[in-house]
Amino acid sequence: VKDLDRERQFHLDERAAELEAAGYSPEAARAEAARRFGTPAPIPPRGPERRPTMSLDQFVQDVRFTLRSLRRNAAFAVFATLIAGLGIGATTTVFSVVNALILRPLPFAEPDRLVWMPNRDTGGLSAQTTQVAHMLDLRARTQTMSAVGGYFAFYGVGDQVLTGSGDAERLSGVPVTDNFFDVLGVRPAYGRTFNADETRWQGPRAVLLSDALWRRRFAADPGILNRTLTLNDEPHVVVGIMPAEFDFATVFAPGNRFDLFLPFPLVPETSRWGNTMSMVGRLKPGVPVGAAQAEVRAIADELTRTHTDRNSFVGVVKPLADQVGGRMRTAVWVLTGAVAAVMLIVCANLSNLLLARTASRQREMAIRMAMGAGRQRLVAQMLTEGIVLAGGGAVVGIGLAYLGTLGLAQQNAVSIAMLSSVRLDPTALGFALGLAMLTGILFGLAPALQAPALALHNTLKDSSRGATEGRERRWLRSTLVVAEITFACVLLVGAGLLIRSFMRVLDVSIGFDAARASTIRVDPDARIATPEQTDAYYNDVLTAARAIPGVQAAGITDALPFGRNRTWGVRAQGQTYERGQAPSAYIKVVSDGFFGAMGIPLVAGRDFSRLDASTTEPVAIVNQTLAQRLWPDQTPIGQAMVNLCGQKVTRVIGVAGDMRHLTPEQPSGNELYLPMRQCRQVSSADLVLRSDVPSAQLAATVRVALRPIVPTIAGNEFRGVQQLLDRSVSPRRFLVWLLGGFAAFALLLASFGTYALISYSVNQRTREIGIRMALGASARDVQLGILRQTLILAAIGLALGTAGGWALARGIRGLLFDVTPGDPGTFVAMAAVLMAVAAIAGYLPARRASRTDPLSALRAE
Amino acid sequence: MPRQKNDILQGTLALLVLRTLADEGRLHGYAITSHIQRASADLLRVEEGSVYPALHRMTEDGWLRAEWGVTERSREARFYTITAAGRKQLIEEEASWARLRAGVQRVLRRA
Repeated sequence: VKDLDRERQFHLDERAAELEAAGYSPEAARAEAARRFGTPAPIPPRGPERRPTMSLDQFVQDVRFTLRSLRRNAAFAVFATLIAGLGIGATTTVFSVVNALILRPLPFAEPDRLVWMPNRDTGGLSAQTTQVAHMLDLRARTQTMSAVGGYFAFYGVGDQVLTGSGDAERLSGVPVTDNFFDVLGVRPAYGRTFNADETRWQGPRAVLLSDALWRRRFAADPGILNRTLTLNDEPHVVVGIMPAEFDFATVFAPGNRFDLFLPFPLVPETSRWGNTMSMVGRLKPGVPVGAAQAEVRAIADELTRTHTDRNSFVGVVKPLADQVGGRMRTAVWVLTGAVAAVMLIVCANLSNLLLARTASRQREMAIRMAMGAGRQRLVAQMLTEGIVLAGGGAVVGIGLAYLGTLGLAQQNAVSIAMLSSVRLDPTALGFALGLAMLTGILFGLAPALQAPALALHNTLKDSSRGATEGRERRWLRSTLVVAEITFACVLLVGAGLLIRSFMRVLDVSIGFDAARASTIRVDPDARIATPEQTDAYYNDVLTAARAIPGVQAAGITDALPFGRNRTWGVRAQGQTYERGQAPSAYIKVVSDGFFGAMGIPLVAGRDFSRLDASTTEPVAIVNQTLAQRLWPDQTPIGQAMVNLCGQKVTRVIGVAGDMRHLTPEQPSGNELYLPMRQCRQVSSADLVLRSDVPSAQLAATVRVALRPIVPTIAGNEFRGVQQLLDRSVSPRRFLVWLLGGFAAFALLLASFGTYALISYSVNQRTREIGIRMALGASARDVQLGILRQTLILAAIGLALGTAGGWALARGIRGLLFDVTPGDPGTFVAMAAVLMAVAAIAGYLPARRASRTDPLSALRAE
Repeated sequence: MPRQKNDILQGTLALLVLRTLADEGRLHGYAITSHIQRASADLLRVEEGSVYPALHRMTEDGWLRAEWGVTERSREARFYTITAAGRKQLIEEEASWARLRAGVQRVLRRA
């Protein structure tokens, strides 16, 4: 354009000069020159028309223009960026979770060839694990797998006491088979894995360190290799250090922390321990899981048939990835759906904002069009605005997602597999940017397509404030708001049902008093060897514990709730059972006082006492379920069971209340308690204290009181039983928090969207309202009219949302606990909340409208 | 304002500009206008203002190359030269002009 002006000036000057030379007066010459030049034609308007693709220049120009115009309208820009940012942040965080839990392959070599092989797919750990002898036979016979390895599933958390340099420390170690790391395809960062010698029965003691322990305790010194550590008073040689990427806990035992790996020998001695192995196999290349499943099932059947001396073996094969991510799969998809709905609401909201802005820019559009801006160019400009805003949103969103993923990965107390590996990786970043782009286009599109039409048409038709909004545009905006309300509705139903489920879970009568019980590990150390010494040691511990001020009861157990769940077959005397048909029960070996300390009621009979010792008659306490199972409609007290813990006959002396020790969501099943002084098959000892003193306060006192008796006592191991409960409900809590947060955000956005729409339409109709009021409409009429408009929108959204919510509720049935998918309470509450919010969103503009002064409204032109 | 009879026929302006530049080499807009008028012995009158949009369009289409330069009287002006694409276009336009003229003449002779 500048070129053209200069050229034109040059032309006129030249022509004038020539005419002057031919005898014209200067003024006449200039006039004639201008006349001959004619009307300046506009610059060819066909440029952008003929080139629909945006040139870079033009894009840069549009971006600069957008930034200029946004600076003039900072409140709008900040608000839009924040909304987009929150949406993108939430979506990217959830994407990272999905990525870590489901999409990203497990951090092992060729993870799709790895399979998980539980003995059975249900029941306690004892039912899911397999006997060593079966595992050895399976290894020898399998044709579909190149290797079968595993770990000892009854590892105890905090089983290993590290002494020597510095304070005694309780560490958690997992005993693994010789080839476990080879099966997974993981190599130590330093050193080697266990050799054949070390995996012999009572072979040389060796240990592999986790990266975290190595850094924390040994300052990442590779010199620790081949040095000796004292674990449980025995020297162990450090043969290797695992790499930081290898996180056993997050894959196999989420919510825990493992410091050590120890060799587990596959020998007759360990086979005698019964079902102990969690097995992992590596398929030969190209072998489908189904083929391995068929083969393992056949081998297992035959082994069970031929070896009547062994436990039964069913043999389930499934992809390891399913085992790891499978439990959270529904929940993760629900979250994904939820966040997608939130993102759509964000888009609808921003779209609406931009539409309103476009409408108030009609004059600008008209001028630009008159000056020759093409339709394409206006569309491009509006799209650019959308993309620039979304770009700002991406910056905010990536920041939020970074914090979000960091926060999630540090949720050590949440037992969700792979959660600790959630991070903002390049995939997630790419996702965020792509999402921002898409968002920008999506919410920029509606205004963009309307812009040119608005520019010419509507400016002429209804730019005067008195006219009501163009019908088509109003329809579009209303649709967007209805969509927002619908999605918010669906999210509220989902969140509502899950919150109700969560409350029901917390309300479940778990059968013991978690709030007032605390626990600490008190395993006897190596000095204490004989049964007599052990009994004396436990007596000392209990006596010292009961003497602590504020402690009302104390007992010892080898199986805390929500932890170990070993089962044994239990046979009532005088009954015959077919093989594998005997009922099994969860076994807990406890001291006297345990029931009082945990707050488990004794329904009948008596508690164990110190007098139930190796010299007296073997006794047991059963829970109500087991009593009912073994002796239906009979008095259980005085009945006998056979072959328990090395005793031929065990007499029932009491009946305890059922407790939920697997998760609060699952009934306990059969439970059997045996006294510590009679059953020695104990691999850990937890002292349980009952006290009204807060556990933080109690911890120090307990440590001081017990140190003389338990030198290895570690102060940091003192925890409330409530913590164990919290951890077991942590995945549900996690889901509820996220979904609740999304629903709240969605509700906020939907109410804001409604408010903005109504408010805008009130502004547009000021004149109309003024006329109505001048003609005698009362403030109340005006308010009611506007409120009705709002509530109609909300009602449509509510109707659609209820239908959507109903469908969603059926989809998430598996996640609900003690709540039906059609739970009337949830639906009614959701509808009430939504209508209330909509009413407020409509009332505020309505009140403003009703205060319109008819005269000033009419004069406002 | 009634159009003058000798206004340049729609579409022939490009032909004239291309021919002019092909013959004369590097010219500014004013010189192009003057040349057309002179060469047609003032039979063809170009509405001078309409030359410039045409020049811009032809530059955009790649038929002409434009650059700022200085005239003999040391004034700044935009100079145009014809490009290879422009020469090709010129051949086409001349051919189509010849067809148009032949067609028009035949109609006229019959009448």
